[in-house]
Amino acid sequence: MFIYSAALVTVVAVLLALVAMGLKDRQDANIRNEKMLSLLKSIGVSDVTPDDAQARYEEFFTKEITVKTDGSIVNDYDVKGLDFKTADRAFNIKLRDQQKKGDEGAFPVYVFQKDGQTGYVLPLQGNGLWGAVYANLALASDLNTVIGVTFSHDSETPGLGDKITTPEFQAQFVGKQILDDNGQVVSINVKKNANKDGMHEVDAISGGTMTSNGVDAMLATDLARYQKFFDNTRNGLSTTVSVEEEDVPVECIAVDMTEDEIKELEEKEANNE
Amino acid sequence: MSKNSSLITTPFSKNNPITVQILGICSALAVTAQLKPAVVMAISVTVVVVLSNLIISLLRNTIPPRIRIIVQLVVVSALVVLVNQVLMAFVYDVSKQLSVYVGLIITNCIVMGRLEAFAMTNKPWDSVLDGLGNGLGYAIILVILGFVRELFGSGTLWGFPVFEKLGLYSIGYENNGLVILAPMALILVGIIIWIQRSADKSLQEK
Repeated sequence: MFIYSAALVTVVAVLLALVAMGLKDRQDANIRNEKMLSLLKSIGVSDVTPDDAQARYEEFFTKEITVKTDGSIVNDYDVKGLDFKTADRAFNIKLRDQQKKGDEGAFPVYVFQKDGQTGYVLPLQGNGLWGAVYANLALASDLNTVIGVTFSHDSETPGLGDKITTPEFQAQFVGKQILDDNGQVVSINVKKNANKDGMHEVDAISGGTMTSNGVDAMLATDLARYQKFFDNTRNGLSTTVSVEEEDVPVECIAVDMTEDEIKELEEKEANNE
Repeated sequence: MSKNSSLITTPFSKNNPITVQILGICSALAVTAQLKPAVVMAISVTVVVVLSNLIISLLRNTIPPRIRIIVQLVVVSALVVLVNQVLMAFVYDVSKQLSVYVGLIITNCIVMGRLEAFAMTNKPWDSVLDGLGNGLGYAIILVILGFVRELFGSGTLWGFPVFEKLGLYSIGYENNGLVILAPMALILVGIIIWIQRSADKSLQEK
């Protein structure tokens, strides 16, 4: 009897391990593609299939940076040529791990170029009713106006809480603002009977109150972490790489630019001032 | 032949796992708010019932009686994990829809019920047919529930906005919020049972 059960369990364990190992690459690729599709969708690029997700991702996203809550930039990655499988990059950061580290955590920001405009996508993660909820919040170059958002979740109730993934719910966020007039993060409230014209509120989901509250809390908590980064970037300090990191100095990043590009950049900066 | 075909057909009517045996009610209520997860769940349960029936039937003479439930559980769980892994690798979007429900298959009374009541004492081919019949009997109820609940609860079918296209909203129609909640699924199952028992006198208790 014991031998029988031991043998059976061993056979099953080996079988499952083999299958899991054999399919792991495919599953990881699926998860990566899913993440890229979600990021692309948040900036309004939705005609993407999983097969060309990577190419389209590299077409729009130029930089992945990680920032601390004090606003300092920990790492600054150029997307071009960076390998997904091995490279240490913001894309592969597990947000939950960073959230646990609190002020020491490095939080990803995806920088994209679309229609000649620079924009930023912030990945967020919080708790819904049954499990984690996630968001990719795309902001315009003013780091204030929402140009799109995608939500996803692990296990919210089908037909109720999982409606956060519907276009109807997500469309409500477009054009809303996350900062008040003084540049302080006030987030976007998800609540009942929201005022449609209010810049900081959207309607919650009927029958999905707990999930809506989770989304509301996620936006408030996670956006507050970027407050200093918002301040710095808006004051034109975004290019300073924090000194204590043994990271590539800014000059080196610019090396692979052509002279024309550098000139163009300088002109742009001069114009801004 | 007639015995084989009755293995498939009786779970559809006289011995339906949901409406007659009243098994698998939990998942029938949980996953049928929309049609798509209901269909995917139905397919997955059918696959698991058929394969576990086959495996247990092949092993039935070697399984020590005292640990048969554990053996059945191991087989069922292994199959469920396999199904989940394959779905995640090849149809990722569907597996996301299923994530919670796949785990529920392990505890689905229909699977264990068929293993205990049929596969332990019958030949492999009969067991496969029995599993197929019960899986489809479960499937038909889930599809009916998913169809009715998505149509009247959300006004869509498989995500397609049927009522909007028909222009029902513009003449004042509103979706029924109760239909997407679990209690309504129970009421619907009750109605199906009622209809079935009225039509088939042999199911009525004296």
